[in-house]
Amino acid sequence: MSAGHGSAGLYRAGHSALHRLPAQCKIAAHLAFVLVVVCTPRETFWPYAAYALLLAAVAAVARVPAGFVARRLVIEVPFVLFALALPFLAHGPRVDVLGVGLSESGLWSAWGILAKATLGVIASVLLAATTSQRDLLLGLERLGMPRTIVQIASFMLRYADVIAGESERMRIARESRGFTPRHLGHLPVVAKSAGALFIRSYERGERVHLAMLSRGYDGAMPRLDSSATPASAWATAALLPLLASVALALAWAGR
Amino acid sequence: MHVPDGYLDGPTSLACAAVAAAGVAVSLRGSRRELDERSAPLAGLVAAFIFAVQMLNFPVAAGTSGHLLGGTLAAVLIGPWTGVLCVSVVLIVQALFFADGGVSALGVNVVNMSLVTVVVGWGVFALVRAVLPRTRGSVVVGSVLGAALSVPAAAVVFTGLYAVGGTADISTGTVLAQMVGLHVLIGLGEALITGLTVSSVLATRPDLVHGARHLAGRTLDIRTPETALAA
Repeated sequence: MSAGHGSAGLYRAGHSALHRLPAQCKIAAHLAFVLVVVCTPRETFWPYAAYALLLAAVAAVARVPAGFVARRLVIEVPFVLFALALPFLAHGPRVDVLGVGLSESGLWSAWGILAKATLGVIASVLLAATTSQRDLLLGLERLGMPRTIVQIASFMLRYADVIAGESERMRIARESRGFTPRHLGHLPVVAKSAGALFIRSYERGERVHLAMLSRGYDGAMPRLDSSATPASAWATAALLPLLASVALALAWAGR
Repeated sequence: MHVPDGYLDGPTSLACAAVAAAGVAVSLRGSRRELDERSAPLAGLVAAFIFAVQMLNFPVAAGTSGHLLGGTLAAVLIGPWTGVLCVSVVLIVQALFFADGGVSALGVNVVNMSLVTVVVGWGVFALVRAVLPRTRGSVVVGSVLGAALSVPAAAVVFTGLYAVGGTADISTGTVLAQMVGLHVLIGLGEALITGLTVSSVLATRPDLVHGARHLAGRTLDIRTPETALAA
């Protein structure tokens, strides 16, 4: 699958142990790890440090630089803003922080949301950085995701590039005729372009689909290796959620 | 409205995941009637379109921003069952590939942004379509109203989930007022985009709009010099 506009920069090709791990193992491990993080009580701090260290170790194994992960954290910004507002909005007893009265429970919530969401985003970024889109889709299919869903997802990712290219050509066509949308009065033109974009993309997509059918496509991408997932791969992938759940168990025991 | 990990507690997330899985399973069954060989790529295209639409973040009052949800657009273009599947696929891909919305909160996000928007959007659309005359204009009016109502409905359900499993100590009333106020505005944007997109697709390829299937196709009108003179 070609890396297009929507997907540019998500995947970092490589040959690390993490890259070689089958996608279905990585997806399952990712889900289990995030569930462990969500269930961790926010009153204990050290398990979060342990989770962060575990993710740092995973990143080191996968040779994903910290700067790459940091840039992708931007996706979290809307909820960070919300979390930062919590200490001012929440109820309950107030504590003085630098002379400002803040809600104590609000501070705890803000910390909990920020820590859990950030760990979740980092884990997702590492998954997408070490697994190509095609492999992720195959992994989902092997985990029992219904075929229709996988099929829609693969068409969607394929069409993202078609739509982006088509919309770029339409923008150039508009601008070369002297039209640049500037104010709200121009909205109807933009919306008509969106409708035209839909139809043009559909008609190109139809041709793509016919070309695929004529090359033997029957609703599923061919599998290059049909062998079952080795148990060792599952064991390797299970390391991350297992170590995390040890920290979780200790955190609950220590309360 | 993409809920990240840790925003709602574990039990609520798991319960929502079960509801979402059931909803998607029912939609898979229903979509067999809507999808055929030709419309499978159409479903992918609609999903890609919804994906693009959700990327459009626009600033709403007081420094917050919102994005369109696209549930009604998907339902009107490709049918409600497949519409649920399309929006759910978008959310799965965003969570797994783009880290947008937590993986543990995927069920919450599917319930909010896929099931609720499609059920409300399509419900309103079907109601309007049944009441108004069978014209293209009615299809557009129905999709506009459906889109406008589906977004605040999602905000209300989100507030309900927050009241059950929220991890922050804010009164439900405050959250409700904030979320609904914000999403009424987003709903207006959603209605505009949905209406304009549906009407322009209707104008050129009405066969691609599932919600307009009840309209009789126009018959080919061959005009010879005689009929032109008679008319």
